[in-house]
Amino acid sequence: MPLTKKQNLLFIILLLVMVFLFLVNISLGSVSIPLKEVVNGLLSQEMSKESWEIILWNFRFPKAVTAILVGIGLSMSGLLMQTLFRNPLAGPYVLGLSSGASLGVAFIILGTGFLPTFISSFFLSNYGLVLASSLGSFLVLMAVLLVSQKLKDTMAILIVGLMFGSFTGAIVSILSYFTSAEKLQKFTFWSMGSISNLSWNEISLLSVFVIIGIGISFMVIKPLNALLLGEKYAQSIGINYKKTRFLIIIATSILAGSITAFAGPIAFIGLAVPHMAKLLFQTSNHFVLFWSTLLLGAIVMLCCDTIAQVPGNDITLPINAITSVIGAPVVIWLLVRKKRF
Amino acid sequence: MNHQNFTIKTNNLSIGYKSKSETITIAQNINLSLEKGKLIALIGENGIGKSTLLKTLTGIIPPIQGEVSLLHKSLQSYKPLDLAQELSIVLTEKLPPSNLTVYEIIALGRQPYTNWLGTLSDEDTIKIEEAISLTEIQHLIHKKHDEISDGQLQIALIARALAQDTSIIILDEPTTHLDLVHKATLLKLLQKLTHETGKTILYSTHDIDLAIQMTDEMIVFTPNQIVQDQPCNLIQIGIFNSLFDTEHLTFDATIGKFKIK
Repeated sequence: MPLTKKQNLLFIILLLVMVFLFLVNISLGSVSIPLKEVVNGLLSQEMSKESWEIILWNFRFPKAVTAILVGIGLSMSGLLMQTLFRNPLAGPYVLGLSSGASLGVAFIILGTGFLPTFISSFFLSNYGLVLASSLGSFLVLMAVLLVSQKLKDTMAILIVGLMFGSFTGAIVSILSYFTSAEKLQKFTFWSMGSISNLSWNEISLLSVFVIIGIGISFMVIKPLNALLLGEKYAQSIGINYKKTRFLIIIATSILAGSITAFAGPIAFIGLAVPHMAKLLFQTSNHFVLFWSTLLLGAIVMLCCDTIAQVPGNDITLPINAITSVIGAPVVIWLLVRKKRF
Repeated sequence: MNHQNFTIKTNNLSIGYKSKSETITIAQNINLSLEKGKLIALIGENGIGKSTLLKTLTGIIPPIQGEVSLLHKSLQSYKPLDLAQELSIVLTEKLPPSNLTVYEIIALGRQPYTNWLGTLSDEDTIKIEEAISLTEIQHLIHKKHDEISDGQLQIALIARALAQDTSIIILDEPTTHLDLVHKATLLKLLQKLTHETGKTILYSTHDIDLAIQMTDEMIVFTPNQIVQDQPCNLIQIGIFNSLFDTEHLTFDATIGKFKIK
C-alpha cells in the first residue's frame, strides 16, 4: 500500500528528530560539549578542545551508537512478538525473554567457577555471552509459545511470562548464593542495564547481530500483514505459518538475546515503542510499522539515555529506571484502553 | 450434468481426526459434487461434524479415507500458494485487534498474487475495486474494522474472499450473530455473487428455512447419511424430519419450515 502524504511527512520529521537527538545525546552529559562542536568533531574530526575529542570518540559517540542499536533491536523484537502473539502487551521484557537471557548470562558470569579454566574462558568471551544469552531468551520464548498454544487468553500469556521471570530470578539468586562477591558485583552491575562502556569491538559484534535480526524481520513483513487477520486466514492466503513463526522466533531471540548480553535487561522499550509507532502512523501495515518502529526505537532510546546522563551533573542514573518510568505507564494505559493496538 | 463443471468433488470420503494412537471417524462414504455458479448450504445439528467436513474440504485436515478433488486435482497435492488462488474462506470468529481498514483487509486477499513485499499491482487494484463494487461497500472502505457492525464486517470479509479471485468460497456460519434483515441481505449477496461471477459458494448454517428459499442445493448432514440435492427434492424425500433427533420439532413441507410440537 502506498504511503499517505501524512505518513511521508512523519517519516521525514522523525528522521530529523533522530539526527538531532543523536547530536544532543553526544553533546550533553557531565561535561557538555556545544552542539556546533559536536557537528564539527563528527564531520571534520577537529574540535577546539582536545578533552572534548577524547570524550566524543571514546565515550559519547560509541554510547550513542549503542543506544540506537539497542533501541531499534528491542523495538523490532517487540513489534514481531505483538503480531505473532496477537497480543498488544507482548514484548521481550514482559514475556520473560530478558529474564531468560539474564539466566544465560548468570550461568556464565556466576556459574563458570565450577568449570575448568579453558572452557570458562571461552564462555566468558563476548561470543560465549551472546550465545548463552540468546539461548536463554530462545528457550523462554519457546516455552511461552508452547503455553500460549494451550491458552488463547491474552492475560494468561502475560502471567506466564511473569512466572518465567520469577523462575529465572529464583535460579539467579541460588547461583549468586554460591558465587564470589566479585562475580556477584559484576553480575549486579550488568543486570542494572547499561549502554556505556562498550568497546568498538563489542559494538561491531552487537551491530552484526542486530542487522541479522532486523534483516530477518524485513523478510517477514508480508506474512506479518497476513497474520493481522489471524492464523487461519493467513494460511488460507498462502502463508506458510510454521516457517513464518520460526523466522520470527529466531529474529526475536537474536535481537533480545544479543542486546541483553551487552546492555543488560532493558525494560519496556520493546513493548512501548511499537505502540507509539501504531498510534502515530495510525496503521497496522508492517511495511510502515517496520520503518517507523526503527526510527522511534532509536529516538526513544537516545532520549532515555540523555535523561539518564543527568546533563550538567556528575551522577548517572541506571538506564532501566528511565525506560521503566516511561514504559510502565504505557502498559497501564493500554490495559485501561484495551481496544485497538 | 457436465463433468467439467465441478469445482469440488469428493469420492467415498471419510472424515475425522487421526492421532498416533487412534482414528476417530465422524462420517464416511461422503460423495459430494459442488458445481460452478451454485450457492450451496451445509446444514446439520450442532456437533454432528459440519466443521470437520468444512476443514477437510478446505484442506486444513486430511481425509481419513477417500479423496477431495479441487478442479480435478487432489486437494492434498496443492501447494499452499496454489490452493490460495483457488479456494478462499470466510470465518465467524472476530479478527484480532489491529488498525486495519476495510480496504486493507480486502487488499490482503491479493497476497497470493503479490511480490515478496506485498506491493499491489494495477491488476490487484482492479480486482479489489471489483470486489468492493460487487459487495457495494464503497462507503465503508476507509473505516477501521472494529468501527463497523458485525454484518458489515462479514460482508467486508466476503469482499476479501472475492478479491482473492478463487473458484470457490467456503463460509463458516456467515449468518450467525446477524438479525433477520442482515441475514437476508447477506444471502441475497451470496446468491447474486454465484450467478454473476460463476463461483461456487458453500456455506454452513443453522437457518434452514432461509437456506431452503435461497440456495441452489443443500447438503444435509444427518447422523445416518449425508445427502446433497436441490431443496425441493430434499423436502419431497422428507429428509428434514430426520435432521434432528428430537420429538419437539416437526418439518412442515407445505411451508418449508420447522414447527414446534
